[in-house]
Amino acid sequence: MKFGVLRFPGSCDEVDALGAARRVADAELLWHGDRDLKGADAIVVPGGFSYGDYLRAGAIARFAPVMESVIDFAEDGGLVLGICNGFQVLCEARLLPGALLGNANRRFTFRQVGLEVLNSGGSFTQGCALGQRLSIPAKHSWGRYHAEEETLAAMDRAGQIVLRYADGENFNGSVHEIAGVSNERGNVFGLMPHPEHAVDELTGGSTDGLKIFESMRLTVEGAHV
Amino acid sequence: MRARVLIRPKAGILDPQGEAVQRALPALGFAGVTNVHVGRLVELDVEDPAQLESMCERLLANPLVEDYEIVLAG
Amino acid sequence: MSEDPGVATAGSATASGIASAQQPTLEDALALGLTHAEYELVCEKQGGAPNQVELAMYSLLWSEHCAYKHSKKLLRTLPTEGSYVVMGPGENAGAVDVGNGQVCAFKVESHNHPSAVEPFQGAATGVGGILRDIFAIGARPIAVLDSLRFGEVGGDRDARARYLLDGAVQGIGHYGNSIGVPTIGGEVYFEGPYEQNCLVNAMALGLGEREKLVRSAAAGPGNTLVLFGARTGRDGIGGASVLASAELGEAGSDEDKRPTVQVGDPFEEKKLLECSLELLERGLIVALQDLGAAGLTSSAAEMASKGEVGIDLDVAMIPLREPDMEPFEVMVSESQERMLCVVEPANVDAVRALCEKWEVNSAAIGTVTESGRMRVFDGAELVGDMPVRALVDDCPLYDLKPEKPAAPIYAPPAATLAKDAGPREALLALLRSPNIASRRPLFEQYDAIVQSRTVRRPEQADAAVLAIDPSPAGGEDRDASVPGEGRPIPGLAVSIDCNGRRVAADPYRGTIEAALECAANLACVGAEPLGTTNNLNFGNPEKAHIAWQLTESVRGLGDACRALEAPIVGGNVSLYNEGATAGPIYPTPVVGMVGRLPDVRRAGRLGFARTGDAVALVGPFVPSLAASELAKLWGEPLPDGLPELALDAVVEAQAAVREAVRAGELTSAHDIAEGGLAVALAECCLERGLGAEIEVDRPAWEASLFGEGPGGFVVSGGEDALRALGERTPVRTIGAVGGDALRISLPAEATLSTTLTELKDAHGALAELFG
Repeated sequence: MKFGVLRFPGSCDEVDALGAARRVADAELLWHGDRDLKGADAIVVPGGFSYGDYLRAGAIARFAPVMESVIDFAEDGGLVLGICNGFQVLCEARLLPGALLGNANRRFTFRQVGLEVLNSGGSFTQGCALGQRLSIPAKHSWGRYHAEEETLAAMDRAGQIVLRYADGENFNGSVHEIAGVSNERGNVFGLMPHPEHAVDELTGGSTDGLKIFESMRLTVEGAHV
Repeated sequence: MRARVLIRPKAGILDPQGEAVQRALPALGFAGVTNVHVGRLVELDVEDPAQLESMCERLLANPLVEDYEIVLAG
Repeated sequence: MSEDPGVATAGSATASGIASAQQPTLEDALALGLTHAEYELVCEKQGGAPNQVELAMYSLLWSEHCAYKHSKKLLRTLPTEGSYVVMGPGENAGAVDVGNGQVCAFKVESHNHPSAVEPFQGAATGVGGILRDIFAIGARPIAVLDSLRFGEVGGDRDARARYLLDGAVQGIGHYGNSIGVPTIGGEVYFEGPYEQNCLVNAMALGLGEREKLVRSAAAGPGNTLVLFGARTGRDGIGGASVLASAELGEAGSDEDKRPTVQVGDPFEEKKLLECSLELLERGLIVALQDLGAAGLTSSAAEMASKGEVGIDLDVAMIPLREPDMEPFEVMVSESQERMLCVVEPANVDAVRALCEKWEVNSAAIGTVTESGRMRVFDGAELVGDMPVRALVDDCPLYDLKPEKPAAPIYAPPAATLAKDAGPREALLALLRSPNIASRRPLFEQYDAIVQSRTVRRPEQADAAVLAIDPSPAGGEDRDASVPGEGRPIPGLAVSIDCNGRRVAADPYRGTIEAALECAANLACVGAEPLGTTNNLNFGNPEKAHIAWQLTESVRGLGDACRALEAPIVGGNVSLYNEGATAGPIYPTPVVGMVGRLPDVRRAGRLGFARTGDAVALVGPFVPSLAASELAKLWGEPLPDGLPELALDAVVEAQAAVREAVRAGELTSAHDIAEGGLAVALAECCLERGLGAEIEVDRPAWEASLFGEGPGGFVVSGGEDALRALGERTPVRTIGAVGGDALRISLPAEATLSTTLTELKDAHGALAELFG
């Protein structure tokens, strides 16, 4: 199985995502200007500051040539994971509902946060147990998730709210403590915390992030059976 | 033609920047200020002003969470 | 920058034969910061009066900031050689060998005056500048640290200090986070003498391959100069000489200085970084230099000087952001995010194509020549012609005239704690004090983990620790849980330190202490020092008492680095940090030290972790209240001198602790610094939330609990380990780990008892500064 990790001008955590993906399968960097997804079985849209967060975070990256292919790939059911800036790009591209706004505390904040798994049956969390607590670092200034109440209710009914911040851990003011959501079909998933930075006890404080990459591998390989 | 697009957060969405400014003004001696919101300004010269709306919908604003106002300078 | 044409003589020609409508005069030279004698010397080197372009360039290159006129002779006394040194002072950054064919490049620089004017951009561009110095030698930046000083906070008139602190922290965070380099450590102090003159020093580290390091000497007459990066505008025009080498006036006049502030763009620099590293990777360039203070003027001149060549440069070829810029403006602009490289003519197209791939502007702007002259053209017109030697090497150097001050220079701090306060009250007051309280509200604004190398984050250990290799080799899981099995994971440790108040009390010993503090922090994580960088922040060196501070401090730095075998590989000097009304800053020789540890799985941590562990006080620690934080809270004036220190015994204690940490024998190790033993114990309890029962049997609790000085550590571990350690250095068991309180029993006093909650609340005092 191969992960394709996108790289835009200004991406920062793409190399970290590549390293994390390589712990479970093959992985390759995909340049923003190139429409070829190089046979990737799953796509990772990484964290960082693509295009300097100019205009709005992710607003310009969503129009990159590679994103045209990613949108087609997602519409065909391919797995797409968006981390932090990647989550922002996926919302801007309307592959995920809602939008990310500036943190309520108006500051960039880096903290190891506790997350609760609200949906463990999906392609990105099948390696987790329902209600399991994950310890994953978050680091961002535009991470406050927002969607209209009717949208949130529909998402809730459809099991699209996948991760929430554990009590007391929501520093950005996300509505309903939402940390990660999927699309209706369940093949596109975005989260603000960085699972690629929790794959190694030594540097990540936990290996909980690895579960997400593992789950994706299981999904892809299960689909090939 | 010179156009200005004013982009502001939709009513009802928390605007921490606006709140911070509203808190800071009295400390500088300015009283009686409420309802402060902080947004963005995009200025551009356009050949076809009819395209502006579409530009706003697709790129300049995020209509999910922002309102925009197009002002033509003439 | 003032532009007073003086008496203009239409059509007059200067000595270089260049006609100039505006012929600058002596008055212009003085306004630009040159002395009368320096101006005369310039005229002599030019064979007549310099024109506008020439005078602008001389005034910048001969400014204190660029030429180190008052410090160069002193800096030559520092030790710069050692078995690990690969690149010493004089290049864009220094570098030490870290094994496996790799080097760690590092350096510290200041951006003090710009930060006092506009703290966000001043601090941001300070980070940008030091990062460029790292990738200019071909190393990929892997970490940033910052060292900050502001006026007192918490009182009635701290609005300015809070504004500068907030702006600087946001600026550092903005730049470092956006460019994807983790900010892994730093320090901040709040003292009266920094109120008018804040200090913002930024240190960066990079990793590179020894065989592929690039020097900046321009070479190969006939080769092309290519400028790449951001467009050139009017940012910071005259910044170097107008701001950096002049004393700042009243707060109101800073408004006039605003237009000269440089504005940074980390996104532009990220592209520039990747582009530069790929250019080097592909072997497309001969030499590389970043543009910093004095912009193109200093970069081009220094490249030419090191290569002993000449340069012809055409300002008309330079991509501009502003219309109608004059040649002298283009030459002195400090627009950020620009690099200059030397390229063989056959490679110019490939270089420009690579720049285009990274969406970075580029232009061929000049040629390397054999003339030994710097010639500036505007299209076909020659607008400036100077000998390179005169610009770079012949700037006069001055001898300092040091004289120990007869009377105290600094006012005593305001008292904030009654002298009769008991030990418990004193401990909580110290934990709450801005120099000691937790820095979490600051460092949470920094991404400390991008690039996946960070093994010890801020507040986990005394020094930051990075694994050199962030990814497992092949499929091998490097999480092999038992250190001692599987392959060791080599790492780097880094610390940046200086207590300016202690240096003010004793510039010689205080500076030695700063270097020892760095080395002690490295020892606590198990690292041995490889090399040192320093930023000397001082007042006006033309004043005898400041000259004395500087001379004594450099003497101390040299002695310490020799004793530690950690030579200086590069650094920076920032002088004239005094306000017209405010007096000088504390002498602040900020020291940054990089070390290596063989296995990061054994990197030390500072907090107690195991109930029942013995707690011991280790090392030749002789606590004294002289210049301590407690003395500051009491409002005491600075003492005249610090106690003698046993340098060799301290170095031996550091080595002993380092070895014990490496062998995995200690649960925790923490250096005793500000606030003394009691504060160190509190910090050990807070890191992982475990209390301790301690017994202190010395009388005079003030000194034994809160006295300061080098050479002291608080460690925890098993009795056997402590016994072994005791064979190399003094070890005294003082208690045991356990419970949810810190209890220190004292002779003739009630036991000092504080719960972990009380300690945590006091320690969190800085949170209210970042509303």
